[in-house]
Amino acid sequence: MPRDEAVASGGIGKAVKRREDVRFLTGKGTYTDDMNRPDQTYCVFLRSNVAHGQITRVDTAAASAMPGVVRIFTGEDIAAAGLGGVPCGWEITSSNGEKMKEPAHPILAQGKVRHVGDPIAAVVAESREAAKDAAEAIGLEIEEMGAVVNMTTAIQGHGAPVHDEAEDNLCYDWDLGDKDATDAAFANATHVTTLEFVNNRMIPNAMEPRAAIGEYDAARDQHTLYTTSQNPHVIRLLMGAFVLNIPEHKLRVMAPDVGGGFGSKIFHYAEEAFVTWASKEIGRPIKWTAERSESFVTDAHGRDHVTKAELAMDSEGKFLALRADTLANMGAYLSTFAPCVPTWLHGTLLAGQYAHPAVHCRVRAVFTNTVPVDAYRGAGRPEATYLLERLINKAAQEIGLDQVEIRRRNFIRPDQFPYDTPVALQYDTGNYLATLARALEMADYAGFNARKAESAARGKLRGIGLSCYIEACGIAPSSLVGALGARAGLYEAASVRVNPTGSVSVFTGSHSHGQGHETTFAQVVADRLGIPYESIEIVHGDTDRVPFGMGTYGSRSLAVGGTAIVNAVDKVIAKGKKIAAHLMEASEADVVFEDGQYKVAGTDKAKAFGEVSLAAYVPHQYPIEDIEPGLEETAFYDPKNFTFPAGSYLCEVEVDPDTGKIEVLGFWAADDFGNVVNPMIVEGQVHGGLVQGLGQAFIENCVYDENGQLPSGSYMDYAMPRAGDFPSFEVDTCVTACTHNPLGVKGCGEAGAIGAPPALVNAVVDALSAYGVDHIDMPLSPQKVWATIQAAKPAMAAE
Amino acid sequence: MPTVSMTVNGKAVASDVEGRTLLVDFLRENLRLTGTHVGCDTLQCGACVVHVNGDSVKACSMLALSAEGAEITTIEGIANPDGSLSVLQRAFQDHHGLQCGFCTPGMVMSAADLLKRNANPSEREVREWLEGNLCRCTGYHNIVKAILAAAAEMRGEKIAAE
Amino acid sequence: MYNFDYVKPASVADAVAALQGEDAQAIAGGQTLIATMKQRLAQPRTLVDLTGITEMQGISVDGGVVSVGAGARHAEVAGSAEVRGAIPALADLAGKIGDPQVRNRGTIGGSIANNDPSACYPAAVLGLGATVVTNAREIAAADFFQGLYTTSLNEGEVVTAVKFPVAAAASWQKFEQPASRFSLVGVFVAKVEGEVRVAVTGASEEGVFRAAALEQALASDFSAAAVEGASVSSAGMIADLHGTPDYRANLVKVMTKRAVEAMS
Repeated sequence: MPRDEAVASGGIGKAVKRREDVRFLTGKGTYTDDMNRPDQTYCVFLRSNVAHGQITRVDTAAASAMPGVVRIFTGEDIAAAGLGGVPCGWEITSSNGEKMKEPAHPILAQGKVRHVGDPIAAVVAESREAAKDAAEAIGLEIEEMGAVVNMTTAIQGHGAPVHDEAEDNLCYDWDLGDKDATDAAFANATHVTTLEFVNNRMIPNAMEPRAAIGEYDAARDQHTLYTTSQNPHVIRLLMGAFVLNIPEHKLRVMAPDVGGGFGSKIFHYAEEAFVTWASKEIGRPIKWTAERSESFVTDAHGRDHVTKAELAMDSEGKFLALRADTLANMGAYLSTFAPCVPTWLHGTLLAGQYAHPAVHCRVRAVFTNTVPVDAYRGAGRPEATYLLERLINKAAQEIGLDQVEIRRRNFIRPDQFPYDTPVALQYDTGNYLATLARALEMADYAGFNARKAESAARGKLRGIGLSCYIEACGIAPSSLVGALGARAGLYEAASVRVNPTGSVSVFTGSHSHGQGHETTFAQVVADRLGIPYESIEIVHGDTDRVPFGMGTYGSRSLAVGGTAIVNAVDKVIAKGKKIAAHLMEASEADVVFEDGQYKVAGTDKAKAFGEVSLAAYVPHQYPIEDIEPGLEETAFYDPKNFTFPAGSYLCEVEVDPDTGKIEVLGFWAADDFGNVVNPMIVEGQVHGGLVQGLGQAFIENCVYDENGQLPSGSYMDYAMPRAGDFPSFEVDTCVTACTHNPLGVKGCGEAGAIGAPPALVNAVVDALSAYGVDHIDMPLSPQKVWATIQAAKPAMAAE
Repeated sequence: MPTVSMTVNGKAVASDVEGRTLLVDFLRENLRLTGTHVGCDTLQCGACVVHVNGDSVKACSMLALSAEGAEITTIEGIANPDGSLSVLQRAFQDHHGLQCGFCTPGMVMSAADLLKRNANPSEREVREWLEGNLCRCTGYHNIVKAILAAAAEMRGEKIAAE
Repeated sequence: MYNFDYVKPASVADAVAALQGEDAQAIAGGQTLIATMKQRLAQPRTLVDLTGITEMQGISVDGGVVSVGAGARHAEVAGSAEVRGAIPALADLAGKIGDPQVRNRGTIGGSIANNDPSACYPAAVLGLGATVVTNAREIAAADFFQGLYTTSLNEGEVVTAVKFPVAAAASWQKFEQPASRFSLVGVFVAKVEGEVRVAVTGASEEGVFRAAALEQALASDFSAAAVEGASVSSAGMIADLHGTPDYRANLVKVMTKRAVEAMS
């Protein structure tokens, strides 16, 4: 097939319909809970209902005798078996050179419970209901201790700390940037804008609750874990090496269809280790499926920063320096990536799209008696973007500049790339004026005042908010992240197997849980090989089939995993040239590969891709001394730099002053993701990210009370964004190709969640600016907006 | 244990169940029709929506025994008789109305009920109808687009898929 | 959930008999009870399913009274041409309860017997001055609702129908709690039987109530300005994640005002 036709059927740049959809649309997906293994048992965890306490009694005798109970395990069993705790994958070093505090995170509580939901015992039974009945019957006594909930008071060290080894509840005290230069710039500033705010805590809520099935095959001494994971190889590595002491060749981890992750399914969780280990103990498979209420208190949460930020400017509104001081909640234990989220994924992004001469950022990570906090869609970058984009709008308001103009004056210009920021990153490329211009055009920014007047005539307050985000994706250059504390490199791997008759099986370490890799990766390979899209299969999610992988997070799949695939394809092409040269009795140097064919340059000699692959597997008269048969290649790719997607978002809202209710009237997103493989999928990723970001900004909120209880612990009180909460969005892309990966791609999965929150808050603050309002903390719930207006009214009347 | 019998996707089925067995568990575990999903425990997410005697219902909110004698349709039962995707299912694919696929069966079953009642819904009506279906991936944008396109096609109008 | 015996009687008499058993509990649409049982917060020994009782079905309008069988599902009431013709606000209310799937299962009898402080139906029942019919008697709305999750129903007594007087005008205004989508505050205003009634749900710790100050203000001057001039106390109003008592008191006024405007 000529390359153009191959491309037409599914090459790069086409909105190819997703091949994974048919199974999902017909109910034939295979999610972990859809599987039952022969002779399977069910596991229910008895969890702490207090936030902080000493366990004084766990009596399982009566419960163990109940019908259907197979066995009950407690923390003593875990200790007796010598199992490791849940490990953390990143180590941060404090400014004073000390390593972060890293308390043990046991699979089942050892003496103490540290958050509501902390597992105490595990009941394995013939049915889920029998396990629940028995869990209720366990005699449990906990001597309650004061809960550490509020970060500000936690670091003052009052009361019993969460962990004895951190008396002031501090995990680390870290900083980044040139403090002296920053302080000096502030001393010389004409105007300083200060903003103190909370970045509200989120509960990820992937629609598929986590689940895990552990199975042990005694005859083969082989463990299998089926789990809801974004990165099965990482689970195999962490759980095998650090928790259960099972070598890789004896442990298979499969993540079949996974119903969304958003970060929460990156991490290794205690339940996975428990079912894997205990299935061998009882000699039967064990299945655990979270109920939603359990997900609320066991899935790692997101965000939860308390920050003071300051911006120094000259008389023209040019930025001189930025200073930020943040408390970041770690929760009760360190989850897999938790320490790096507020530091290397947050502090490094504080330059934003702007030419700040100096930036200094301090982050103190705090233990509290709450669920662990870790990466959640965007991970650190939404917090950085929110800090900067809210601060800039407040600054614009204070000095009387339009929100667009203040940004234009401070953007890094297109001719300044590559650009070294004062916070450790080098942006390779970008054009922030272009995305801004596109967003303003789509939103008819110029026509806003007329629309505002129309709303005012109806008694409504209209506002428009801008947010210009940047993110660092394509995580990550391994030597760099190693220097920053990552305990593993973040390579990605791929194998490309050309089957004898020319079809292609691609084994990728990336994992798709909604992103559509089965489609987009096949597009990439079709484009590179010039063969039909239909003849390419993408395999993922199984450590026994895929050689290695670090998984999907940080918008890395295409930039890192896709590049590994491209590199493996290029190796296949190179080897194919040797074989083709032999077949055509030509010199290898004269063989070119184009349009899916090996050709001898300057002649009409050609061999189809399939002819060469057939010759590779079932050869006659093959130069076996020179070329090994077979056509399968593996590549590992380590990115040279992060990628830097960026964009401009505009949000228009109307506020009902009587009720405080916000209506989102329009949202316009102009993103630069570099080259786009499948525009349909890219748009879908943006839409989803936007609603998660808007959800954080106006409706979602994880609330702990002073006792460490979670009043927002179900969908009755944790508000999820719904279809009726939004209009349709308008999204578009502008392209500056990434300079350091062969596809020129940057990543698109997190952008919406990063850029949307400040756009919405800026819009609402704009709407309320007539009342003198200059900030409201997220989420902008109706009661909060109404109360803000009420508080502002007297001040207004007095003027 | 009492026995319950009903018709599921056109096929008569019967099984012994406990009183507490929910319809969704009966479908998933007894019949192994695992396309109907469970995403919450408070009757809100809608991943378990099926049709009971033609009405969309959350299968997690109903006891299996309450469905005695009922006609049930699940996501496994709505493709065309030849197994090809129905207009509505295909619209979800054409307009990228699904990502991870977990909420999808409930979305499709809910939307099918809407289109039965209202052949020409406005965007606002579609969005409000979906009040009982949560999706965390798509931002709803393309789900709404897919349903509107399916409605148009079922009315005999053609809207080009982008 | 805990296990139980399940019975599905075909008549009210059989249902009443079945409910005499120890720890027997009636279930209608189950849209609240099933969730409660999943959390193991209810442990009936016998569950008596009322959805198979024909005599509890049906909607009729006769002589200025709309009679709704207790087993009528919200979707039926919302979609009933007879209800919409007689009391459009009642159809409107039913059509805004929960979501379409909840409306396809939930029943009016189940809703009012449960008397959730944020449920919608109690506001219409009280606002219209409806009569609750049971297997044993007829109960005036004002006597039926007895505070949080409490009604004047006796053990084993079953609601069989609700009779609503046709109002001269009525309006239902609901401000949704953003998570549960129950009423954060819902106000049912009716001109009925010669008086103005304002029934409020979602706001008070005591459940549905009539807002006396607003009713007085509106009795003499049925206008938004009269609502504006009245005062609604926040004392006894619910405080939770979604609204302070002050906020709820404000919403009572705002929703009442919007109802009055819709009726004018």
